[in-house]
Amino acid sequence: MTRYFTQEHEWIEVNGEVGTVGITDYAQGQLGDITFVELPAEGATVGKGDSVSVVDSVKAASDVYSPVSGTVTEANPALADAPELVNSDAETGGWLFRVTLSDPAELEALMDEAAYKDFVAGL
Amino acid sequence: MSEPDSYEDEDAVIETQLLPLDPWHRERGGRMVAFAGYWMPVQYEGIIAEHLWTRENAGLFDVSHMGQLEVSGEGAAAALEALLPGDITALKPGRLRYSLLLDENGGVLDDLMVTNRGEEIYVVVNGATKWDDIAHLREHLPDAITLNHLDEHGLLALQGPKAADALARLNLEPVAPGTPCLAELTFMQAGAFLWDGRPLWISRSGYTGEDGFEISVRGEHIEALANALCEQPEVKPIGLGARDSLRLEAGLPLYGHDLTPETDPVSAGLTFAVSKRRREEGGFAGAERVLDLLAGGTQSVRVGLALEGRQAAREGASVWSAGQQVGMVTSGGFSPTLQRPIAMAYVERPCAAEGASLEVEVRGKRLAASVVPMPFVPHRYYR
Repeated sequence: MTRYFTQEHEWIEVNGEVGTVGITDYAQGQLGDITFVELPAEGATVGKGDSVSVVDSVKAASDVYSPVSGTVTEANPALADAPELVNSDAETGGWLFRVTLSDPAELEALMDEAAYKDFVAGL
Repeated sequence: MSEPDSYEDEDAVIETQLLPLDPWHRERGGRMVAFAGYWMPVQYEGIIAEHLWTRENAGLFDVSHMGQLEVSGEGAAAALEALLPGDITALKPGRLRYSLLLDENGGVLDDLMVTNRGEEIYVVVNGATKWDDIAHLREHLPDAITLNHLDEHGLLALQGPKAADALARLNLEPVAPGTPCLAELTFMQAGAFLWDGRPLWISRSGYTGEDGFEISVRGEHIEALANALCEQPEVKPIGLGARDSLRLEAGLPLYGHDLTPETDPVSAGLTFAVSKRRREEGGFAGAERVLDLLAGGTQSVRVGLALEGRQAAREGASVWSAGQQVGMVTSGGFSPTLQRPIAMAYVERPCAAEGASLEVEVRGKRLAASVVPMPFVPHRYYR
């Protein structure tokens, strides 16, 4: 399994053809208390960079962009009742959705963990 | 993920200024954002935690960005009445009231607190509007009236059910004999106090719906005072984020959002700020239109909305009834106390009755909402 990161602070962990997507711990820290997450529908076709989810914090609503193109297979069912999981477990239990990659080559443009760390350090 | 930036100034044209407590906020982990021309803490440990702390204990808010003004001279109260619809001449020493700065058309230029300090009238205005307010007052007040900007003073708000307990431990002495001691001050009363020889002006007031105090203090003493207050076990510093969610739950309008020059006191549901005598006599800026609206009613009115589900509606969201747009949200968010989204909106009168079922459009979806009375969370002022 390999984990990739975007400049918009999403992570995607790829296992075969399926990627699990969330927002990074840095991102949840910037957003503050998360009160609602709108998730994409199962079966939805998404394009790389599309706004596919909304994370609502006390402060503001923020779009989440899909790091890759593909088809949504699952949305995290735990977030309906416990959106605060995205605060407490952003990079594990607070995942947002799973997607079947239609173009795995898109991953090459993303950052690995070390590169993302450097990117955040420079913000 | 897109950047959340709702507290940032989008049209800041001058360099962002530092408040006297700036380093104090940073030392305490305040996340600083540009707001009303100043760097201000939006949060320390988190908005929800700070919000709930204030509702249960006491929160200390630095509101030194607000404008503190003194209006003095023979007939100062009467002169202010030309610009405000409140009964300022009837205000007794040591009393304050909420009022509105109106333009010639009755549009709201600012909302403010007016206090009779005996020697002068003390006015606290919003930070983002203070320079325009000062210009407006200088232009419209007679030459014999002096306007003094207390820009060497900071302002702290101590808010919450334990605010009085915490403040009592500072052993404040009333300056003038015969004036109420701190514990005797009731909501919308104020007085001059000494803290260890340092002068404070304290009013029992605030913008959270809780009991509490607003404390005007010279800039050179504000850090010592903030430290003395935060040493009390009931008190934590609270940021702008919770200040906004607290005032929203309290049903209190936020200038620049729920009140603007395009809104009037009647639509805004602030007719209590248009005093009885002033209704009879008129003679304030915008009186003709405001009195017409009082008599004839307005097309829309500011209401509270409770939304179904958890998704918040924010400023600019459209409000719908039976397929027609009937209004607009002017502020909204998730209520930490009620654990549901709430909003203020201007809604056409036929759809504004308590209990009316409406829809609010958020990101292309229509969310069910109903009109509910404000405040959303009951006020707990000390009367």
